[in-house]
Amino acid sequence: MLWRSVRMALREVRRNATRSLLTMLGIVIGVAAVIAMVTLGQGATDSVTASVAGLGQNLLIILPGNERRGPIASTSTPFTLDDVAAIERLPSLSAVAPSNSKGVLTVNGNVNYGTIANGSTNAFFTVRGFDVDLGRLFSDAEVLGGLPACVLGATVRKELFGTTNPLGTTIRVQSIPCKVVGVLAPKGQSTFGQDQDDFLVMPLRTFSRRLLGNTDIGTIFIGVGRPEDINKSRRRIESILRERRHILPGQRDDFAVRDMKEILKTIGAIASVLTALLGSIAAVSLLVGGIGIMNIMLVSVTERTREIGIRMAIGARSSDVLTQFLVEAVVLCALGGVVGAALGLAGSFTAASALGLPFRVLPGIVFLSFAFSAIVGVVFGFLPARKAARLNPIDALRHE
Amino acid sequence: MSTAPLIELRSIERTYGGGESLVRALDQVDLTISQGEFVAVMGASGSGKSTCMNVLGLLDRPTAGQYLFRGVDVGPLSLDELALLRQRYLGFIFQGFNLLARTTALENVELPLVYRGTPRKERLERARHALGRVGLHGREHHTPAELSGGQQQRVAIARAIVSEPSVVLADEPTGNLDSATKLEIIELLRELNHERSITVIMVTHEPDMAEYASRLVLFRDGKVVHDGAHKEGP
Repeated sequence: MLWRSVRMALREVRRNATRSLLTMLGIVIGVAAVIAMVTLGQGATDSVTASVAGLGQNLLIILPGNERRGPIASTSTPFTLDDVAAIERLPSLSAVAPSNSKGVLTVNGNVNYGTIANGSTNAFFTVRGFDVDLGRLFSDAEVLGGLPACVLGATVRKELFGTTNPLGTTIRVQSIPCKVVGVLAPKGQSTFGQDQDDFLVMPLRTFSRRLLGNTDIGTIFIGVGRPEDINKSRRRIESILRERRHILPGQRDDFAVRDMKEILKTIGAIASVLTALLGSIAAVSLLVGGIGIMNIMLVSVTERTREIGIRMAIGARSSDVLTQFLVEAVVLCALGGVVGAALGLAGSFTAASALGLPFRVLPGIVFLSFAFSAIVGVVFGFLPARKAARLNPIDALRHE
Repeated sequence: MSTAPLIELRSIERTYGGGESLVRALDQVDLTISQGEFVAVMGASGSGKSTCMNVLGLLDRPTAGQYLFRGVDVGPLSLDELALLRQRYLGFIFQGFNLLARTTALENVELPLVYRGTPRKERLERARHALGRVGLHGREHHTPAELSGGQQQRVAIARAIVSEPSVVLADEPTGNLDSATKLEIIELLRELNHERSITVIMVTHEPDMAEYASRLVLFRDGKVVHDGAHKEGP
């Protein structure tokens, strides 16, 4: 019975091919828009989370100051090397990298370049996930003896040396001569448009003595061995630091431990809200498409009043007529949904490759927008169908 | 076997409007038609003959009076029950053919069976057979636009008889046709009446067509003014 109606409806759709196509257009655009928006949104979310995850999944960053403002709150007391030593004694940490940084001017021959100098240890590279592209990391002698050696980020190398080999060259960092021992593999731009390769690293002792003039530690990067240990480690670090920094119970921390997982979660939440927003804007066009279907179906009922009369005269009940028009609307919407889904996926694939985003199809949303378009068909097809079914056969037959 | 006549109208009235503008389209009409009759219905336009056909065809309800179809009072029946009676016992032929456009002859003819829920295979077989009966072998897949007026009316007749109805109601079936085709169609109706004893009730305004019928009913001002054998003159 239903299959028969679907076949009859398909015949009807074919009978008025052009009009059917135009009617479907609204739904096609609506479904395509929803799918494209959500797919692209998902791709963007994935790309953001992937690049944040690229910073290191098991990374904790400890900063002085408890307001999540900038990387360093200058008014808060920095950490000390003893703090770092205390933290290093904790179990389940894979690496602890005390670090401080400062804006510097670097000079190679007659080329100047302003960048950021980081003082840290070799653990810095492990924790932050940097690989060596050329040369090596610091030797023990360089770290312990505070020798003037530096490892360049890819951007700094490019600015100072172009394509020539920088290894072994002595550059000037502010006023101190410093030998280039290694170059890092580039990481490219971060999600927030920051160049992640625009810095150089010196041994912490070198940096403290010769550039900073004190032994303050601005940031501590910590790698946790296993992801499930993150919360435990975090709590331990907090209690150690509270004790060492003489914070009374009930007083707020004057430092912050940032967890990349938490940041990931926040970014994910923001991205989903944006995706939902885009998706719902697109859903409005689906609604408009549904109204278009209703409009055309109403016109179609008027136009085919006589046909309805004939059908009733030869034995169609009002329920047959109702079913016919309802199924016709649903078939139109469903066809529109299929075409729209195909267009939406094709469109978002093209857009994703153009924008360099990953293309990720959510089967759920494809199914959902298809189901939604069918529901649109039922909802907006009902009024015209009821109008058709309520026609008096004799009035319908007499209709010119 | 019930002896009730196929169709019995008792004091049927059909009025339109009300008050000053009340129109009495049918006024105290009594009419009895038995199985196997070939009845011609004539009358000037506005005489009530079309209204009577609509009432007979269960497309319109009388305002007063009683209509017994196969001995059953159709007055209290619901719209859907009337639709079921139509699909089981009635076939319609219209002046304007009223075929579905852009739909093949075969699909047009099988439509009544579709609504009856006949299985597809049997449906196609019976539709082909009905088309063959009206001489349209080989035209099954032509659409109305590809058929002449006479052929279209044959498709309409095939559609009316495919469900093997007791009554075929024909509203000026020859009205839009040239004289040669008219003869073909009226002959076809007479054959159906003779061979299958299908009751044919035909509205016409052409006396020479009415002569094919065995009985003439003449309407004037909503009343039956003549009922019986043929009568000379209006």
